[in-house]
Amino acid sequence: MKAGSNRIEAVVTDVVAVNELVKRFHFERPDGGILPTFSGGAHIVVEMRDDGRTRLNPYSLMSSPLDTRDYTISVRRDDVGRGGSLFMHSRVKPGQSMVISNPVNLFSLDLRAKKHLMIAGGIGITPFVAQTSQLAGEGGNFELHYSCRSDALATYADVLKQRHGRRIHVYRDDHDEKLDLPRLLAGQPLGTHLYVCGPAGMITWVRNTAAAAGWPAETVHYEHFAAPQPGKPFDVTLAVSGIGIRVGEHESLLEAIEAAGLDPPYLCRGGVCGQCETNVISSDGKFLHNDHWLSEEEHRSGCKIMPCVSRFEGKSLVLER
Amino acid sequence: MGINFKKETFRDDYSFKNSPEQVRRFPFPFHEDGYMYSVNIEPHVGGRTGTVFEHLFDVDEHYVSEMQDRAMVLAEDPLRCQSLPHMTLAGWDTLELLMTEKAKSYPEHFSLTRDGDKWHWINRPLGIDDHFTFGDTSTLPYGPLEYITRQSQGDFAVLDQRDNNLWMDAGIVTTQADWSLDFDIGMNFFEWHAPVPLAHELGIFTRALKFLMAMQQGQPARRLNWTMTINPRLDTSPENFHKWGTDRATVTPENVGQKVHLRVEVQMFFRLPRSNALLFPIRCYLIKMDELVSSAKWGRRFHRVLRDLPDELAEYKGLVRYRPTVVEWLSKRDDGKPTSSGYGPD
Ligand code: HEM
Ligand code: FES
Repeated sequence: MKAGSNRIEAVVTDVVAVNELVKRFHFERPDGGILPTFSGGAHIVVEMRDDGRTRLNPYSLMSSPLDTRDYTISVRRDDVGRGGSLFMHSRVKPGQSMVISNPVNLFSLDLRAKKHLMIAGGIGITPFVAQTSQLAGEGGNFELHYSCRSDALATYADVLKQRHGRRIHVYRDDHDEKLDLPRLLAGQPLGTHLYVCGPAGMITWVRNTAAAAGWPAETVHYEHFAAPQPGKPFDVTLAVSGIGIRVGEHESLLEAIEAAGLDPPYLCRGGVCGQCETNVISSDGKFLHNDHWLSEEEHRSGCKIMPCVSRFEGKSLVLER
Repeated sequence: MGINFKKETFRDDYSFKNSPEQVRRFPFPFHEDGYMYSVNIEPHVGGRTGTVFEHLFDVDEHYVSEMQDRAMVLAEDPLRCQSLPHMTLAGWDTLELLMTEKAKSYPEHFSLTRDGDKWHWINRPLGIDDHFTFGDTSTLPYGPLEYITRQSQGDFAVLDQRDNNLWMDAGIVTTQADWSLDFDIGMNFFEWHAPVPLAHELGIFTRALKFLMAMQQGQPARRLNWTMTINPRLDTSPENFHKWGTDRATVTPENVGQKVHLRVEVQMFFRLPRSNALLFPIRCYLIKMDELVSSAKWGRRFHRVLRDLPDELAEYKGLVRYRPTVVEWLSKRDDGKPTSSGYGPD
């Protein structure tokens, strides 16, 4: 059975430039009806039709789970990526019809927590905007620590401070402000859960620091969508369907499989959920694994690949699809 | 067209029986002449009229009497409904799902009016008309899960999802096939399935868990499970084993038709939106052997399934004692003709 295929017709009702890198997009149903309820931390997949090809990118919902008349996402422009964010920034305008997915949550709050301690970096702030709204509505205990480059790029810091006051702490690189993580972790009450969303390096740093301080793994939650990376084109044989495909420079392997008319399973399209895991039948070349799902051992074995984010360079690759 | 709610009992004089229409819509669980465990999960989509799958939550002629039976079980044993503190939000999710679906599917029996968080719920068959504030437990006579499941047929387990597993952290269980919420509360997917034979070795549970963890809202799924029950008793719980266990020894060739029931569970899986928990409704349908064999195909097929059932499964399901008597009775109603594939009566 295929997950992620539930599509919602939506209209872009507003596009707001938040700062020089980030734009916010508002979606509503064409008839103005309410959208499905979701929980803080959920993302949607946005379908982008770009001159005959379709890109599907996941973005965290940042609107309040308590009000689903519209959904909002924020997209940071990535000038060297595969063009999904550039498409959103340059081609998506108010009034446009788009297709989005039902919300999926791979970064949900642990509601047993006595306290929720949140660490955000850069555009990783977006799931926390929704989670803090949800928790504030329930009278939950939370605290957010947010690192950004400068005041100008402190996306939503002002909104969050206005909503949640002293629960929000901001650290600006250009002011040499730095989060003292070991100290922060040491001062937490028993039953605190830690959440981190941001660049890969930050997630590793937070997880390692927490592990070193003795935090049990099940109290540390992280979300990191690996954006699919562009790369050299490569050829793949899909053994089950008996076809050969070419994966273009700005296309993911998953997208190329879909473009060939197949309907493979997926959920996150960011290398974290495990749904798209595919067996390798044979290969002659080098895997470029970009996922967070397979173990290092599995990466080395060359027996599995996550087509939503990973690529290949070499002579031949045959997949069980 | 309204439902003709019957007045009947699932204990003492056991007056439960199915109308001919209800027999025809019975969810017969065998698509072929044999049975083994499998990852039998399919999308739970409504629409097929004349079946129990027409609506996401089926309400049938036994509704009012089943709810009275549930109230009696709860009065004797309040631990049949439990919810750990972090599951209250999932309780509200459950209440919203059940109220909106019931009002949509059966507008003549249920209505829901929402004005922001001020909700007005009318349940005509049970004579309930309540105003409450969504999210505020103090405005309801019970917690949200108990309130709405006292008005919904079938048991409900509510699973919290964390640490790559599902945890049975809330539920209401009064119509179960010999398992206990009070025993299973707080357990994870592998722990509560530990007593099941063969399925672990077949890799069914690891694959099923992977699927369930990835389930999304708006795309519910379902599977069927079955067992047998002597006398139409809903509450075949370990807690009350002393009241029903001995019934298994009372089956004779003369009373099979009326006393022996096939018990089918339509089990559903819903991702809940606010809490990200998983709701697992287990809806139980009972049918007497006399009613079952009114479809020649069902009679033939159930004979073959029961006759050839692996011993481990018969043992686990508690059928060993009366299986020969029932197989013998069914064999007289099986002319050996081939059966068509699929579930429906011919
Ligand atoms: C998350 C939802 C589920 C819950 C809460 C649940 C709960 C249970 C419980 C309480 C039992 C009785 C165990 C005992 O003897 O004490 C059981 C039995 C069983 N479960 Fe599940 N289950 C779930 C999902 C599944 C799924 C997805 C499958 C397989 C695809 C499955 C397969 C089985 C089987 C084969 C049995 C034995 C049933 C029999 O022979 O009567 N379960 N389950
Ligand atoms: S779709 Fe989630 S890991 Fe590939």
